[in-house]
Amino acid sequence: MTNHWVDLKNSDVIMLQGSNAAENHPASFNWIHKAREDRGAKLIVVDPRFTRSAAKADLYAPIRSGTDIAFWGGLMKYIIDNDLYHKEYVVSFTNAANLIHPEYQGPEDLDGLFSGFADDDGDGFGKYDRATWTYQVDAEGKTIRDETLQDPMCVFQLLKQHYARHDLDTVSAITGCPKDKLEQAYALYASTGAPEKTGTILYAMGQTQHTVGSQNVRALAMVQLLLGNIGRPGGGVNALRGESNVQGSTDQGLLAHLLPGYLPIPTTGDPDFTAYVENKTKPGGAWSGGYWANGPKFITSMLKAWWGEHATTENGFAYDYLPKVDSAANHYHIALFEAMLAGGIKGIWIMGQNPAVGGPNARLERLALQQLDWLALNDLFQTETAAFWQAPGVNPAEVKTEVFLLPAADGMEKEGSIVTSGRLIQWRPAVAAAPGEALPDHDIITLVVRKLKELYAADAGPFADPILHLTWEYDGGPTHPVVGDLIDINKVAREMNGYALADLLGPTGAVVAKKGDTLSTFGALTTDGTTACGCWVFGGYVALAPDGEGNTLPASKRRGQKDPSGLGLYPYWGFSWPLNRRIVYNRCSADSAGNRWPGGKDLIWWDANADSGTKDAEGKPVLGKWVGNDVPDFVVTRGPAAAGGNDPFIMRTDGKGGLFAAMNEGPFPTHYEPVESPTGNALYPDRAVNPVIKIFTTNSDQSVGDALGTPDRFPIIATTYRVVEHWQAGGMSRWLEWLAEAQPDMFVELSEELAKEKGVANGQKVKVRSARGEITAVAIVTKRFKPFLINGKTVHEIGMPWHFGWGGGTDAPALATGDAANDLTPHVGDGNTMIPEYKAFLVDLERA
Amino acid sequence: MSDRLAMYIDTSKCMACRGCQVACKQWNDRRGYVPGERETRNTGSYENPLSLDPETWTRITFHELDDGERFQWLFLKEGCMHCTHAACVEVCPTHALKYGPHGIVTYERDLCNGCGYCSQFCPFHVPKLEVINRLTGEAKSSKCVFCQDRTTNGLKPACVKTCPAGALDWGERDGMIAQAQSRVELLRSAQGFAQANVYGETQLGGLGRIYVLTAPPAAYGLPENPKYPVMAAVQKVLQPLGQVAFGGTVLAAITAWIIARRNVRMEEVE
Repeated sequence: MTNHWVDLKNSDVIMLQGSNAAENHPASFNWIHKAREDRGAKLIVVDPRFTRSAAKADLYAPIRSGTDIAFWGGLMKYIIDNDLYHKEYVVSFTNAANLIHPEYQGPEDLDGLFSGFADDDGDGFGKYDRATWTYQVDAEGKTIRDETLQDPMCVFQLLKQHYARHDLDTVSAITGCPKDKLEQAYALYASTGAPEKTGTILYAMGQTQHTVGSQNVRALAMVQLLLGNIGRPGGGVNALRGESNVQGSTDQGLLAHLLPGYLPIPTTGDPDFTAYVENKTKPGGAWSGGYWANGPKFITSMLKAWWGEHATTENGFAYDYLPKVDSAANHYHIALFEAMLAGGIKGIWIMGQNPAVGGPNARLERLALQQLDWLALNDLFQTETAAFWQAPGVNPAEVKTEVFLLPAADGMEKEGSIVTSGRLIQWRPAVAAAPGEALPDHDIITLVVRKLKELYAADAGPFADPILHLTWEYDGGPTHPVVGDLIDINKVAREMNGYALADLLGPTGAVVAKKGDTLSTFGALTTDGTTACGCWVFGGYVALAPDGEGNTLPASKRRGQKDPSGLGLYPYWGFSWPLNRRIVYNRCSADSAGNRWPGGKDLIWWDANADSGTKDAEGKPVLGKWVGNDVPDFVVTRGPAAAGGNDPFIMRTDGKGGLFAAMNEGPFPTHYEPVESPTGNALYPDRAVNPVIKIFTTNSDQSVGDALGTPDRFPIIATTYRVVEHWQAGGMSRWLEWLAEAQPDMFVELSEELAKEKGVANGQKVKVRSARGEITAVAIVTKRFKPFLINGKTVHEIGMPWHFGWGGGTDAPALATGDAANDLTPHVGDGNTMIPEYKAFLVDLERA
Repeated sequence: MSDRLAMYIDTSKCMACRGCQVACKQWNDRRGYVPGERETRNTGSYENPLSLDPETWTRITFHELDDGERFQWLFLKEGCMHCTHAACVEVCPTHALKYGPHGIVTYERDLCNGCGYCSQFCPFHVPKLEVINRLTGEAKSSKCVFCQDRTTNGLKPACVKTCPAGALDWGERDGMIAQAQSRVELLRSAQGFAQANVYGETQLGGLGRIYVLTAPPAAYGLPENPKYPVMAAVQKVLQPLGQVAFGGTVLAAITAWIIARRNVRMEEVE
């Protein structure tokens, strides 16, 4: 979230699209209800199905799964045509005025493609050369801007042209949303373009789990830029994260392409430290401008944290110890399981994941697990993944994989920090003892590291240094009756936070941090090896800080309840990264002259008379700084009239909000159909699906394989989702009797119309079949699904929860069991992130 | 001012997360899904268990309502209403059910003889019999007691404490009624719920649950105007007579035994 949970109370219009917050983030409704009660805010829910969130909405607009870009494109056209965009914000804070390369062409010119597409093998999929997706620059290299927004090559005009055909009729035909609902939703949400108003968009996996998932999010972010809703209370681009602390795990780099703190993973194109830094900092590189120019400090400090005294200037801070990813390879979930199936992976260690149920095309993924020599898991129960060799239809005697199930402690049984969707880091104590030999994951990992170090010390072999030199100085935790000494998680936290390895001097030569000090800001990090910091974005989170009530304690352990602004920022409660900022990009909360926008949601503003704390060359105090209620997300002394004073998006090279921004599919989001769709692409008949995705065809002609279905055999759209009673793939809920009781069986929801057509009565068992498999489920026949009228044809959509599985290990199986919805989903991912397309695929259905 | 306490239940805010259903089981130590003993099945709805039962003192019911104006998916938190004129209290022969402090209809398990009258006569079908011994048929009644252990010690009931949506509240009954009335006004004027209404203020002399509804009570399966059952009144009169009659029965049985024994002896003599 650019904003945070409590901030929902400041919204005038709240839009939930691709999110069912009432079920998956129930606590959010405390604040949503507050906004509605206290300020008359309105709630819009856009979803294929009338959910428990929709039940609370002022306006519910149904759309067919996989058509969000058409919906957002229509909204952008509505905003522009009706002159409802926030003009000053758009002109000053976004790249709307920037002129684009004269040879740039978009899908309206090129039948669904942007300029620069290359399809080398003629299979319809390819890659883009982004040479024409650039700004025009003058002789001095400065971006040419037309702040009247009239130049036909300015971003604003290109955007207008890009969505010119997204009128209400067209969007209604593509999405299936009735025209009146569409118009009502557009009018209501566009009302937040008024300078005194703000609107928030809350999204989750309903936006991301598509082959155009990243572009769905881009599209909604563009809406927020047009309406001036980013960086302001009650606004924001707000990803509701799918799991407790998944934000923290993302921050720590648990992704195939990142190191902790969003540092790019080294690739074979970055053979040594110098090359890595040069590649990132050169023009066009990830660290070429904006705050990312500090990237070299972050990577250096991370390497120092990991390898301590063995990371020296001479050896590129032990950069060579880091594995390099083959830049051409794809290491995301789908590709990983494809590689496993092909026999390329010997063993795998899984923590807190149940892919035998939760992975796309789960039958194929279970088959892939059979190719492993060994599988280790940290988990609470013997989940379906731990017991994949006992799956229905599998003969355990024929499975060669050796499985090690390591008993893990539950979240409540371990101490440490949890990061909410709103970037708020809260330290939690363990509130219960873990049973038996169950341990926190960090202790399980520690036992393995200790053993590895012991084995390498005894018999080093080639390239032992990365293990032997790895810092692991966390001893001092409790003693476990069975496994012995555990680690002190506070020491891990200090390493992630950052500390000084030498006395650090400030610009005036004074010591700002003594050797050994825990740093209070990542601003103190250096490139010379004098600081260690495992995850720069966490900088300051365990440094001592006041709680507003007279106490001083590690920032994320604070529980101060003062909220001086009344905006719900609660600056003394925990610690919000970065630097305890509660709302990021908050320079946007003041206008181009630095004054507060009307409406009373005052976050930060420019005070020309305030003492900046610095002195000029003559020793006189320099006046003027950003002041207010939040930590400014901006150079605190850079006034609105100074160079860059209106460039609030500090992580971007040019500091402007990217209405035009390069992604793998192009600089503007464009509607493509899901890989499996009942209809053609009404906008671009020759470009049905995202042209940059990867189609896997492993065993596509066999019973377990990467087959894709067509609407003649599979005419019904299916989507998957979660319900409030269960958690993800069920590993934390299906074994619990109270939750199993509330939602005991796998079910499928379908409309009364489809039920009639198929002769299915409520509560009967049905078979649902896709090109990948067949499952049985209980039919819930409901008014909450309605057929869609798509491009002139009636199309049905059904929905299923993906929580269920056969029950895992036979010794202590789950209480709530059923077939896995993911036995039906395709092995295909988004064009940028490879997140699977769980949300839109084709099936057929009949009475069981 | 009365010291009567009540639970405020705002169905317009409830999003059926069922945290209340689970929190109740946790605090009151009730079972859920137990293989072979207590299993639930999906029968075509999110609703489960399918009714209140000895292990389920509160639950959410789901109702789809399409009145042509606006489609609504209604959620109702079900449980003991703690009526002012509580049929269960009136018919309970052993005084296991009583009018307790703060208007709570209390239940003393040790006194319950499992007769089942409370279950039979409750206009809301709330108390449920739990069979203790299948052989002898021994049973006990069971229902929500507003977490008496918590509420008589200044805490809110477990369900209220857990509600993440702010749909539940607990406090002085008059205050809960005022809160419900102002909420209904807002729902009618600003949120387009023309039929929003307060339920529980007057029914059966006033209920211990004050509901904010966005549709007529019947749409939630609630009786518009619940009646104190006539048979409960009859039962109340009959019970003392019954006790007299029971004495008569015992007397007759003893007489019969004496006669029978005499007959047996006579046979032996013969």
